[in-house]
Amino acid sequence: MDEAMSYPPIEPANFDLIVIGTGLPESILAAAASSSGKTVLHLDPNPYYGSHFASLHLHDFTEFLQTHSLPSAPETQPSSSGEFNVLPLTTSPVYSSIETSVFSPEILQQSNQFNLDLAGPRVLFCADKMIDLILKTEINHCMEFKSVDASFICEGEEGNLRNVPDSRSAIFKDKSLSFTEKNQLMRFFKLVQDHFGDGSDEESKKISEEDLKSPFVEFLSRKIGLSQKLKSIILYAISMAHYEQDNLEVCKDVLETKDGIDLLILYHKSGGRFPNAPGAMIYPLYGQGELLQAFCRRAAVKGSIHVLRMPVVGLLADKEVGNYKGVKLLSGQELFSHKLILDPSFILPSGFAPSYLYPEPDGGHDFGLLDEKVKVVRGICITKSSLKLDVANCLVFFPPRSLFAEQMTSVRVFQLSSNVAACPSGMFVVYLSTLCEDVGQGKKIVNEAMNALFSIPISGKPEENSTDSHGENTVLGLKPSLLWSTVYIQELTMGAFGCVSSTFMPDGNLQYNNLLDATTKLFHKMYPNEEFFPEATSSIEVAEDGAFEQLDS
Amino acid sequence: MHGRPRKAPTEEEQEASVVKGAKLRSIQAKFFQFHHTNTYTKEALEVNAKLLEMNPEFITGWNYRKLAVQYHLEAAQSDEDSIKSILDEELKVVESALMTNFKSYGAWHHRKWVLNMGHSSTDRELFLLKKFQKLDARNFHAWNYRRFVTALKNIPDEEELQYTTDMIYENFSNYSAWHNRSVLLSRLLKEEVEGYYPKEKVLTEEFEFVRNALFTDPDDQSGWFYHLWLLDQTVKLEHLLVSSWPPNGSNVNVSDYCALSPSLSSISRTLPLILCFSEAVGGINSSTVSVVCESNMDSNLTWTPISVDKSGFARTWLTYLTFSSEPMHPSRNYLVKVSIANSEGIISSAGFCCSNPSHMAFTVCLPSSNTEFDEGPDIERIDWSEENFSSNQLHSENLGLINSFNELTISGGNKKTYETNAKIIADEIAYCRELLSEMDCKIGKLTLARLLLAYDALSSASRGVQDQNMFQYKEILELYHDLMKLDPPHFQYYKDQYSLVFLKQELANEESLLKYCYQYRDSTSLSNNSLCLCLRGLSLSQIGCIEQLLWVQMLDLSNNGIRSIEGLESLQLLCCLNLSNNKICSFSALEPLRLLKSLKVLDISHNEIGAHPIDTRRYLCASPLSHASDWKREEFVVSGPEMTIYWDAFSIFSGLNLRQLSVTGNPIADKKFKLFLCKLLPAMKWLDDEKLR
Repeated sequence: MDEAMSYPPIEPANFDLIVIGTGLPESILAAAASSSGKTVLHLDPNPYYGSHFASLHLHDFTEFLQTHSLPSAPETQPSSSGEFNVLPLTTSPVYSSIETSVFSPEILQQSNQFNLDLAGPRVLFCADKMIDLILKTEINHCMEFKSVDASFICEGEEGNLRNVPDSRSAIFKDKSLSFTEKNQLMRFFKLVQDHFGDGSDEESKKISEEDLKSPFVEFLSRKIGLSQKLKSIILYAISMAHYEQDNLEVCKDVLETKDGIDLLILYHKSGGRFPNAPGAMIYPLYGQGELLQAFCRRAAVKGSIHVLRMPVVGLLADKEVGNYKGVKLLSGQELFSHKLILDPSFILPSGFAPSYLYPEPDGGHDFGLLDEKVKVVRGICITKSSLKLDVANCLVFFPPRSLFAEQMTSVRVFQLSSNVAACPSGMFVVYLSTLCEDVGQGKKIVNEAMNALFSIPISGKPEENSTDSHGENTVLGLKPSLLWSTVYIQELTMGAFGCVSSTFMPDGNLQYNNLLDATTKLFHKMYPNEEFFPEATSSIEVAEDGAFEQLDS
Repeated sequence: MHGRPRKAPTEEEQEASVVKGAKLRSIQAKFFQFHHTNTYTKEALEVNAKLLEMNPEFITGWNYRKLAVQYHLEAAQSDEDSIKSILDEELKVVESALMTNFKSYGAWHHRKWVLNMGHSSTDRELFLLKKFQKLDARNFHAWNYRRFVTALKNIPDEEELQYTTDMIYENFSNYSAWHNRSVLLSRLLKEEVEGYYPKEKVLTEEFEFVRNALFTDPDDQSGWFYHLWLLDQTVKLEHLLVSSWPPNGSNVNVSDYCALSPSLSSISRTLPLILCFSEAVGGINSSTVSVVCESNMDSNLTWTPISVDKSGFARTWLTYLTFSSEPMHPSRNYLVKVSIANSEGIISSAGFCCSNPSHMAFTVCLPSSNTEFDEGPDIERIDWSEENFSSNQLHSENLGLINSFNELTISGGNKKTYETNAKIIADEIAYCRELLSEMDCKIGKLTLARLLLAYDALSSASRGVQDQNMFQYKEILELYHDLMKLDPPHFQYYKDQYSLVFLKQELANEESLLKYCYQYRDSTSLSNNSLCLCLRGLSLSQIGCIEQLLWVQMLDLSNNGIRSIEGLESLQLLCCLNLSNNKICSFSALEPLRLLKSLKVLDISHNEIGAHPIDTRRYLCASPLSHASDWKREEFVVSGPEMTIYWDAFSIFSGLNLRQLSVTGNPIADKKFKLFLCKLLPAMKWLDDEKLR
């Protein structure tokens, strides 16, 4: 325990709330609690912020995955310390089946120039709740964003990337839609906008309640009469359904019209919200990890204390009743608080069974948590050329069955360039994800998507780019060649509320909405009488203008 | 900017505006002092700059600056530096004025004025424009100025065309961008710049480009306007059609028409010759149109345009052939040959010159002696009631006078081009039908109707003959019929179009035309031809197909919904006209009658003249006060209070020599008005049903 001696003691020793882990939910909760005047201590065993939401250098990234794919040291027996029982705090593995391939070892030398998101692919919609919160808390002053240039859908035998016609001008420009399809699609967009848009009155609400509860796919084909191609674009590239919707009997997660349309509305409201962000989506410079750091900074401004590299070894429990009292640090110091929040990799000691799991009983659905078997497969690829000529940051969607017949989930792909500092200049980082129950099947889907997009060098020999059957992805007819790749399985977990609460792993969605909802819910459970970020902010208008000044136009 | 609701000013804002007003007035007073004393000192210019910054719309302020600049430039002589500093100062003033209001005409104009001096760099201008166009991509001031700057900088049109493409990609609801595109393309096509030839290829591409906009958002009109421009470019016929009276190949008895000559007292061997073109033309004179007759005839003819436009062009031209000497053989027919475009000089309003001459001929039969035409006192009143007309005694000689419009084609264009363009239009028709099968769309229907008409014009031009079957017309009429129901605010427009197409369908071929021809019972009351074209009760709102009707002397348009008789002036032989039971609401709507010098019988009873208490149309009429009027003091045969009330009626009727007039059933037609008419028209024999003394 020599090491332990180097940890400085923390003053004071009593807090309203102790948070262990600096993932996004933990950081938001720390900031929200300190905004409500609580004293907060925020601890993280790692030397960096972010936990499972971190953006890490290449080396740290692989190490983090590795660490959390193994169970922590064998559980020690509860011990007693003075007036408290010390319950040992252990972690469970949340990543598995990690497969990393290094085709070009040189890039390991540039490890520090990468900022890889553990929770990728993930984007912000300009009109989503997270952006609203960012503006409300004014943390936009310490962040910069870049626009996502385009989104594509990859479908059909040619495997070409086609632009997603997601706006009026995109439909106008689109070259692959027939004129009639353009008309149908735009009319559908208008119908939705009239129904839900600002200032829509009863008269313009043309979608019945009954329709809103019906499966979106049926609504699109029966009520709107869209072609298969357009349905696929809307379902998987705009409303971002996870599962194949065509066969409703076997579909695990039928997207309701209401939910599908909500995403469509979000998409439309996002485009053009900020004058210098032409697209619907933006991404923070230096990675998603910036976001939670900004919340931590905000918490610190309000008086919370943040300590990194501070492992916690056990929780203190009242000897008689068994109530939570505090934590014991690796340094041996004991700190006390009314409430405790743990990041999702910690196993909640059996003495603190949660009284409540959240999101609400059906909320698991929003997390992609249909049952406990569902996991996220994530993949990261590093390449030297873009998926599409002259496009830096872009999304690509593979609808179900676009890769092979048994593919039942859609794959989201997100390419980032050096202009968001994701990688050294001249390189691209591409995130992939999909949901799966069967690990083998899930990895097959992601691997097939990688095959479709990249040429994978046979280890050792850099492959000559042959014109293979998959056809062209770039103008030159050459697919980007992989330099490095990893594929891993990430567990999905529920959050738990009790005297000790725990947060949850990143969900399988592209955007933060559901994560933010769950976080807000946890906050209200913990502090039923407090407002979530109460301050009236100066003016959102002003903040908006300032917020994206640095966005490239 | 568009779509921003105007808010009622708050109390503070109102106060602020009062303060601002006071400040503005005081600066303005100072400014006028300087202006009136021609003071152009630094201080004076600063006051003016401040004033213009506050109120860029103050034109006098800009004019003062121009004087000041001229004054200082003279003082600067040719010192480049001081010239530059004077002009730079101007640009700065304009910029700050534009910051206040970037839609200020005066400010943009001043900037152009300064740049036209040629001393300033134009680089900054494009930068400035980029800023303004980002703020509002549709601001037409900025687009206007852009055209000015690009001309100054000699930026190639191709580059600017790409710029409009980019702007349209960003947001295609941009009239300004589409408009600029049409301006640029017109030039590129005209100059046949590489990549913009042949025209058909460019048109096809443009139709496809704009089709994206039409299908994506058919409710947005900007694309449709560009489409209309393209349609116009595609259907533009590079040839002229002409019809004539007397028609080609006809035989005319001159004595039948002598009453139509300008002055009754002169010799009666005159015959009107009328040419009616498919569009307005200029340059019709005795050298461009030659007329040769076997018999002695004065060949130095004076051609008069009927109803000229601003550039002096007219669709219809009139001259009188005068056969001066006694005919050698009274019973013989003499050949008259007419060559149109005999020499170059005929220019169409679309701007092309006709060079290929075309010829026509007719024969005339001259009366043996000068028979004075006498309108005896026993001439009967024309009675328009139906029983006086019969359809079964059509004189065969009359039929020859009903000519087809297209028998003469002059300066024919390339038939191949018409075929290609007809193909382009056919494609557009297919796409338009596709769109309409998806959704109901008013402007789509209107466009389809226009496309079908265009196709008809092009395909008949490519075959060189008018399509006699008019297979499309039924559909066009249905479309306009639908539109009248779908779009009531524009009912009248559709109705007018409907009328034109309907007339085209009914009158364009001889067979159907004859269905509307009737014989008036008593041909003695008419000077000659008693054939009446009877278009009554067809719910027409205007008259068209005039070129087919040059022969008409008696026309019944009663019981329609006619509001305008524009075009009727071409019927130079017309002497009896029935317009009763229509919707004519003012005398100014009857303006074309002024040009019908042969008109003797007019029925305008049961219309709406005088029904509208405030008749704005009245001011379209050339009044005694307007410069354009050809009123002469001596013409005021009637004076007194009636003149001030009825001057518009006066302007229509004073030049006519009406024998019979019906005005009853119009709100204006009271006793007083009738008295006025009697004074105005001394030769009138019947007013309404009453025989006058």
